[in-house]
Amino acid sequence: MSRTTLHAWLLLTPALVLLVAFTHYPAVATFWHSLFSTPRASRPARWVGLDNYEALLDDPVFWQAFWNNAIYAGATIPLSIGIALAMALWVNGRIAGRGLLRMAYFTPTVLPMIAVANLWLFFFTPDYGLLDQITSALFGWGPTNWIGQTETALGAMIAVAVWKEAGFFMIFYLAALQAVPPSLYEAAAIEGASRWTVFRRVTLPLLGPTTLFILVNAVINAFRLVDHIIVMTRGGPNNATQLLLTYIYEVGFRFWDTAMAAALTLILLVILAAAAGLQFFVLGKRTYYR
Amino acid sequence: MSATLSAPAAATPRLDAALQTLAAWLLGVVWIAPLVYAAWAAFNPSEYTTRFTLVAPLTLANFAAAWESAPFARYFLNTFLLVTMILAAQFVLCTLAAFAFARSRFPGSSLLFGLVLVQLMVMPDILLVENYATMRRLGLVDTILAIGLPYMASAFGIFLLRQAFMQVPKELEEAARVEGCGTLGILLRVYVPLARPTYLAYGLTSVSFHWNNFLWPLVITNSVETRPLTVGLSVFASTDQGIDWAIISAATLMTSAPLLVGFLLFQRQFVQSFMRAGIR
Repeated sequence: MSRTTLHAWLLLTPALVLLVAFTHYPAVATFWHSLFSTPRASRPARWVGLDNYEALLDDPVFWQAFWNNAIYAGATIPLSIGIALAMALWVNGRIAGRGLLRMAYFTPTVLPMIAVANLWLFFFTPDYGLLDQITSALFGWGPTNWIGQTETALGAMIAVAVWKEAGFFMIFYLAALQAVPPSLYEAAAIEGASRWTVFRRVTLPLLGPTTLFILVNAVINAFRLVDHIIVMTRGGPNNATQLLLTYIYEVGFRFWDTAMAAALTLILLVILAAAAGLQFFVLGKRTYYR
Repeated sequence: MSATLSAPAAATPRLDAALQTLAAWLLGVVWIAPLVYAAWAAFNPSEYTTRFTLVAPLTLANFAAAWESAPFARYFLNTFLLVTMILAAQFVLCTLAAFAFARSRFPGSSLLFGLVLVQLMVMPDILLVENYATMRRLGLVDTILAIGLPYMASAFGIFLLRQAFMQVPKELEEAARVEGCGTLGILLRVYVPLARPTYLAYGLTSVSFHWNNFLWPLVITNSVETRPLTVGLSVFASTDQGIDWAIISAATLMTSAPLLVGFLLFQRQFVQSFMRAGIR
């Protein structure tokens, strides 16, 4: 082993030990433990093969969490990215009160998700929450239990997540917009291109790599960002806001069924791996790299 | 939102601009409304919580009541210890690893880097169950160390610092070597000072992430001595208070205040740091 190789390994070892202990080992152990039954005081874990997965496929709550998560991802990802892009275009242009607007958009990003959950619990409170006060003043609606009824609860959770995330994504679009060379816009102006054409043909393609980066973050957050749900609804009412990670938490730390929670975690890991593969191999090729 | 952007160019530019400004401000109001509403509730007596009048007296009584009814001082201390410990460990571990990846090619180095990047997708937040079992075997359940341990070797930090180190000109390193610096000396005297903006950027993102982190701390702690602010706030809001929104709002603002005030004072640095941490 050469001197540089030895040095490199010495430098890497502390970080690698921790990474293996808390990322790679648990990922592999999750798979291994999902093939056993949950150890209880009276009987130790025994090999059950794929029984845990079969039980999950027969579990209606799992399927509800799965489809809820699909809806949650399908709504939060495009909404937060779209709103972030609009915000960035607005505060990048000459608009009245630009500094204040940028602050308003970005502030949710620095708040803890738990604080956000409390703010929105208050905002959604039936009858005297701000939302009900507004809807009753504008449309004459009666009190609505936004997070307590199955029809609106998931939508309310999606709104909170988009509110929290959009300002964060805006920052990256803003950076990308400021990096677009002005000569491109001048050339487009000489060609007599309309503003919409300029946006579609010049700005949008140049935002490709940024969009990919934001998309990766948005996808991860669609499965990871569940703090507000645990505080606001605990997956309820009647599992209407149950997502995969909240269900892992419930099965693993309320029912203490660790084998089932391991099987659930593995399914989540497979979904994330598939999303990562899709992004890098399909979308990655189409974006414009300098 | 995108409807205003796609407005046909045929509309007169002035009307178009006015509509865009209106939409931007409407969105801004929606975005700030929950926070302003909570601030109203927190700074006014509870009989004015849902009544908006200009004559409502301002008060700090809600903050005092919140501070008295839960051990927030202890929670603040726990979060402070947690965030400091994680940041210090991340700086040391990620600096060493990033230096190795940036400056030496050795058999298997790119495979190893790939293995590090796995953590960007498989974050510790998702591996709750197994990490809890590990902490139990180590006897670390309900300690502040256990909250921080899974995050200390951060793939994100290694990646960012490696990018910064790779931009340091080789000539500087050679000059330092001629002056008699060893490998660690070169790292500390040449690379670390030149990467200072990256450290600031990474530090701010790390502090705000761990100040706000919730699910793993919720799982791994169960006593006042270890709970960070976020978990303390959720316990406080769910059990102790019932539905006194004035006091809950005060507690909520109080726990967010350090980051919020820091953000308002150093807005430019915050925004630039988040940008720097995201690009490249």
